Amino acid sequence: MSEAFALLPVYLAWHVLLSASALVLGAAISLPLAVAASRSPRLRWPLLAGAGLIQTIPSLALLALFFPLLLLLSQLSQTVTGHGFSALGFLPSLLALTLYAVLPILRTATTGLMGVDPAVREAADGVGMTPHQKLWRVELPLALPVIMAGVRTAAVWTIGAATLSTPVGQTSLGNYIFAGLQTENWIFVLFGCAASATLAICADQLLGLMEAGAARRDRRRVIAGGAGLLIGVAIALLPLVSFGKPAGYTVGAKNFSEQYILAELIAGRLEGGGARVSRKEDLGSAVAYRALAAGEIDVYVDYSGTLWTNVLGRTDNPGREAVVAELTTRLKARDGVAVLGSLGFENAYAFAMRRDRAEALGVTSLADLARLSPRLKLGSDIEFLSRPEWKGVDAAYGFSFGRETSYQPTFMYRALASGDVDVISAFSSDGRIAANDLVVLTDPKGALPPYDAVVLVSGRRAGDARLLAALEPLIGAVSVEAMRTANYSVDRDSGKLSPAAAAGELAKTLE
Amino acid sequence: MAGTDIEIAGVEKRYDGHVALAGVSLSIPAGQFVALVGASGSGKTTLLKTLNRLITPDAGAIRIGGEDIAEGPPHRLRRRIGYVFQEVGLFPHLTVGENIAVTPRLLGWTPERIAARTDDLLALVALPAAMASRAPAELSGGQRQRVGVARALAAEPGILLMDEPFGALDPLTRDALGTDVLALHERLGLTTVMVTHDMAEAVLLADRIVVLRDGAVVADGAPEALVRDVIDPGVRDLLEAPRRQALRLAERLGGGA
Repeated sequence: MSEAFALLPVYLAWHVLLSASALVLGAAISLPLAVAASRSPRLRWPLLAGAGLIQTIPSLALLALFFPLLLLLSQLSQTVTGHGFSALGFLPSLLALTLYAVLPILRTATTGLMGVDPAVREAADGVGMTPHQKLWRVELPLALPVIMAGVRTAAVWTIGAATLSTPVGQTSLGNYIFAGLQTENWIFVLFGCAASATLAICADQLLGLMEAGAARRDRRRVIAGGAGLLIGVAIALLPLVSFGKPAGYTVGAKNFSEQYILAELIAGRLEGGGARVSRKEDLGSAVAYRALAAGEIDVYVDYSGTLWTNVLGRTDNPGREAVVAELTTRLKARDGVAVLGSLGFENAYAFAMRRDRAEALGVTSLADLARLSPRLKLGSDIEFLSRPEWKGVDAAYGFSFGRETSYQPTFMYRALASGDVDVISAFSSDGRIAANDLVVLTDPKGALPPYDAVVLVSGRRAGDARLLAALEPLIGAVSVEAMRTANYSVDRDSGKLSPAAAAGELAKTLE
Repeated sequence: MAGTDIEIAGVEKRYDGHVALAGVSLSIPAGQFVALVGASGSGKTTLLKTLNRLITPDAGAIRIGGEDIAEGPPHRLRRRIGYVFQEVGLFPHLTVGENIAVTPRLLGWTPERIAARTDDLLALVALPAAMASRAPAELSGGQRQRVGVARALAAEPGILLMDEPFGALDPLTRDALGTDVLALHERLGLTTVMVTHDMAEAVLLADRIVVLRDGAVVADGAPEALVRDVIDPGVRDLLEAPRRQALRLAERLGGGA
């Protein structure tokens, strides 16, 4: 809990900055559109339908879609003007949330403007107002209570949806939720939900005060609500004033425990050397590599097989050393990315079963599994079934499972333990394999590529002596046992450590 | 700019094939009180609204004080013309005082001049000065229309246009307000054009009655001259309605005629 509180100032600051900017931008876009829509029936339908359509896109998908779009624009701008921009983090989150905020404001503002009494409009013309004066002195003030109701809805939606910006690399209160979900730290999840809900309620109440003030033509309430909001935002943003200095290094992590621990391990070494470090965690597998290639993050750990199949598009398996060696030359040539070397352990996809179940069925290898697969249920993580590794191993053995279900990794182990599924796509460095007494099935055809954990450095930082000096001692230094122990200390149900604490323990074993 | 003459020449207006005004020409000298009467759809409101460009005619020209009103932006014209209509259209988010001060503020008058003018106008339309700080919603229908008249007269226009101004009021209020408006018209030397479907009101208030039918003028003159001279049976019917009504009233109430 105290750990959660320690992170709050920075998480909250980013969350507030992100939602407040999205709300202001959303209002700035939707109000002129609402004026146009209220004036022209021909514009009204397409505008409202378009905004409604955006709303039907799940918010996480909307955030995810902005990343490749911005990456493309950034590359375009790089070639045209010589200056790229960050396609990760704040910008895609801001754009997606802004679009999300547009609909409620556009809809209510259009309704509000169209609801102004025609007699009052005629009077505004009759007393000699210009169209501009009519809008600002009569129509907008009269529509304000309705518009404010839309702004309130937009504020609550935006603050809630901003928690989803964590996977595209933007720090927010969602960091509690995503990290908590992965490491089964339910206090973190609840803390993130409560913080986000409290923020939404505060914003809603202050905007409600302004709405009531606008409805009752009570200027004091409008000013009090507005001042409360401004002061609240200013206080929330204070941590960023000192935090906002550009971090020396950005360490990336994908969305599971081992990645959090390794990111903390790397960050700890850099910070130990006096460098400023920021973290971008919970990145999707493909997002992480592209972010590194684009220089959005400086360093992260990926797995040779993942890069082999997903980045290079290879399906062959020339062996552990050959894969790492070829990745080193190919990624350098392709994206300028430096592969510093393997940490010393493998985290492969491994099909695992409960020992009692495997023995009862007589399954020891993937070939056995394939034979029995029509009667068995497969549990996998969310990515696995759409990854080329699965297609490769499926092609080699010809599985036809009775049922295939995807889970968050944590819940996948639960499903196996409870018998909901018979076999799972586990990770070989996962501490839970030993702790839960699981059997890893052999791969006689060598269909699963090797997954050495390799340290990747972006092209921009490939010659950075301080970074390389901090990372060098890690190469070949982390055994699979040490990694399993560290992973389990985060994943276990009781007495769990935070990823940072687990990284600290892991670092001690390296000395 | 008290006392401004209005010249309407061949004004036409069409809506989707329906003729609202079929070439109306009228010459209104400064200081006259003209009532435009006629049945619904006769074009009387359309004609009134062409005078302050709330409606733009398809053809014809209108001159006010010798100037073609089609020149310049419409808001500049409207600030020189008072406009009162049945729905009143007071701005609900402004106080009574702020409503009255709207046009002077648009014209950039000094706050002192506006404050003095607001006090004068409230007195002029027989409302207490304390009412300036009230919201329109707190007022009765008659009080609201008095504020509407005060707002129309705020910027000292030479012309007052009224579209069924008393139509929504109860008979007593209507009578009192009509009398007060006539007094204002005379005192300020206004040129007043009022649309009404109530012939009694037209006869009681106006110097001149213009009868419209299907967008054209079918009768035009002082009330007593019209009653004397017009032969068109429809117009006669309309003109004699007040007298018939008065006779019937007298009979039923048992008084001598």
